[in-house]
Amino acid sequence: MKILVCITKTPETTAKIAFTDGNKEFNKDGVQYIMNPYDEWYALVRALELKEANGGTVTVLNVGDSSNDIIIRKGLALGADDAVRIDTDALSAYQTAAQISAYASDKSYDLIFLGKESIDYNGSEVGGLLAEMLSLPYVSYVSHLEVSGGVSTVSRDIEGGVEVSEVSGPFVLSAAKGLAEQRIANMKGIMMSKRKPLTVVPPADVENPVEVVSYTLPEGKSGVKMIAPDDMQELVRLLHEEAKVI
Amino acid sequence: MAVLVYAETQANKIKKASLECVFYGNKIAEILGTECIALVLGSASDAGDLGIYGASRVIQVSDSSLDAFDSSVHSDVVVQVADQVSADTVILAHSSTGKSLIGRLAAKMKAGSVSGVVGLPNVDNGFTVDKSVFSGKAIASYLIKSDKRVLSLSGNSFKPEAIGAAVAVESTDVTIPASTVKVLEVKREEGIVPLPEAELVVSAGRGMKGPENWGIIEDLATVLGATTACSRPVADIGWRPHHEHVGQTGVAIKPNLYIAAGISGAIQHLAGVNNSKVIVVINKDPEAPFFKAADYGVEGDLFDVVPKLTAALKEYKSSI
Repeated sequence: MKILVCITKTPETTAKIAFTDGNKEFNKDGVQYIMNPYDEWYALVRALELKEANGGTVTVLNVGDSSNDIIIRKGLALGADDAVRIDTDALSAYQTAAQISAYASDKSYDLIFLGKESIDYNGSEVGGLLAEMLSLPYVSYVSHLEVSGGVSTVSRDIEGGVEVSEVSGPFVLSAAKGLAEQRIANMKGIMMSKRKPLTVVPPADVENPVEVVSYTLPEGKSGVKMIAPDDMQELVRLLHEEAKVI
Repeated sequence: MAVLVYAETQANKIKKASLECVFYGNKIAEILGTECIALVLGSASDAGDLGIYGASRVIQVSDSSLDAFDSSVHSDVVVQVADQVSADTVILAHSSTGKSLIGRLAAKMKAGSVSGVVGLPNVDNGFTVDKSVFSGKAIASYLIKSDKRVLSLSGNSFKPEAIGAAVAVESTDVTIPASTVKVLEVKREEGIVPLPEAELVVSAGRGMKGPENWGIIEDLATVLGATTACSRPVADIGWRPHHEHVGQTGVAIKPNLYIAAGISGAIQHLAGVNNSKVIVVINKDPEAPFFKAADYGVEGDLFDVVPKLTAALKEYKSSI
C-alpha cells in the first residue's frame, strides 16, 4: 500500500493565544508548536499500522516553511518512510488542499489520511477539498478503518452514533479519536529519522480565496457566582431568572 | 443570485440544525438583497415548513437513494441545484454532514469557504464573517474574496424563529451520480439529543470515582432533559462511552447550559466547552481551574450537591 499522510503544525494545546499587529496576526512569541494531534495520534499511527500489516510505504506531507521540518522529522521518527514539504505558507484550507492536490495528483496513493481538523483553525475543510480536487471518495471523522483486498470498511462518527460504510479503491479520509492509539517515538526511530529523505518541493501556482483579516478574543466570563452547596433552589432560580437557560 | 441552504434530514424530518441554517440563510439573503432557497435531498415529510423559518422557496429531490449520505453524490446534486437557481452563497450546518460537504462544494464551485461560522457577514468591505478558532479561544474574521462562497453554521448560534409561512415544495430535475461510498449501517442511540445539537448538557469526570456512580448524573440529566457528557480521562478508562467525551480531542459543544460535576477543567477540556452560554461547575476543590471559566460555581461534594440539584429542579419543574 502506498499511503500519504498530510500533517500540519499547530500551537500546543496549552499555548497562550494572543495577537499582534493590531490583532491581524497570531502572536507566535514563545509559542511551542506540535504536530496537529489528529494528524499524529490517529491518522499517522493508523497509516503505520496498515503498512506494518500489509507492507508498503507511508509518506508524510506538510505545506509550510523550513521551521516545520522539526514536526516532519517527528513523523519520520514515528515510522514514516519519507517526507515531502511543499515550500510555501499554508494560508487557507483551499490553498493548502490545492498545493497537496498538485503534488499528489500523479502519485497514485492508495489512501490519503488527514486529521479530522487542525486544533488551531478547526476547519475540517482540507479533506473534502482535496478529495474533490483529486476526484476521490471521501470519508470524514473516521474512528475505525479496516482494509482488505482493496476494499475499506470505515466507521464515521456522526451525531449520536456511527455510520459504517464500504469504499472500494483509493480514497481520502479524515481521522478522529478511536482510529488508533497514540505512539511515542523511540530512540531508534529518532536516530533513523535523521537519515530518511525529506524532499522539499516548490509550490504550485494556486488561488487563495479566503484570508483572516482580524482576530478578537472572546469576552471573558464576568466572574463566577458561588452558590452554597445546600441551596440548590437558589441555583435553579438563577438559571431560570438570571441566566434564562431553563 | 440567491442563497441556497442545504437542509439535512433524519428519519424523514428536517434536522434542527438545518432550521437554524435556513433562519440564518434568510438573514444573509436580506443583507445581500436576494432570496433564501432551501434544498432538501431525500425523504422528508416536513420540507415545506422550512418556509416558516425563512425559505422563500423549498426545492426537494425526493429520490430515496439520497437518504444514504455520500459527500461525492450529495455535493454534486447541491451544485447542480445551486447552478439552476444561480446561487452564489451556499449554507450548510456545521455537522458531520456539513463538514463532509463543505470542502467538496468549495472545490466544485471554486468558492471560498468558512466552516463553523458564528455570526452574520459584514458586506461593507467585501464579505467577511466570523468563526471560532483556536478551539474556542479566539474569533477570527475571514474575508472571502471569491464570487461564490460556502459557509457552515456552528450549531446553537442562532435560534430559529417563525418568520414566514409553510411553502409548497418544488421538485427539480437533477442527475444523481453513482455513489462512491456504500453505507452499510447507521448505528445511532435513539431517544437522546446528540451532544453537538444538545441545548442542555450534564457532564462528569474523575470526581465520580467509578462508573457505577453515574446514576446521579443520569437522574439530573433526565430531570433537566439534558444530554450526558464526560471528560477525557473517564472515556479513556472506559467508564463512559467515547462519544460522550467533550473537549479538545472529543466533541466540541456549544449548549445553552453546561453543568460539569467533578471535572477540574483542564485547558483541553475547556477547549471543547468554552463556547457554552452558561457554565455551572460543581467541585469540592476550590482551586479547580474550571471555576474561573464558570458562570455559577458550587464548592462541595458532588455526591451531596448533584442529588440536591436534581431535587430542586424537580420541585421547580413541578411548579411550572
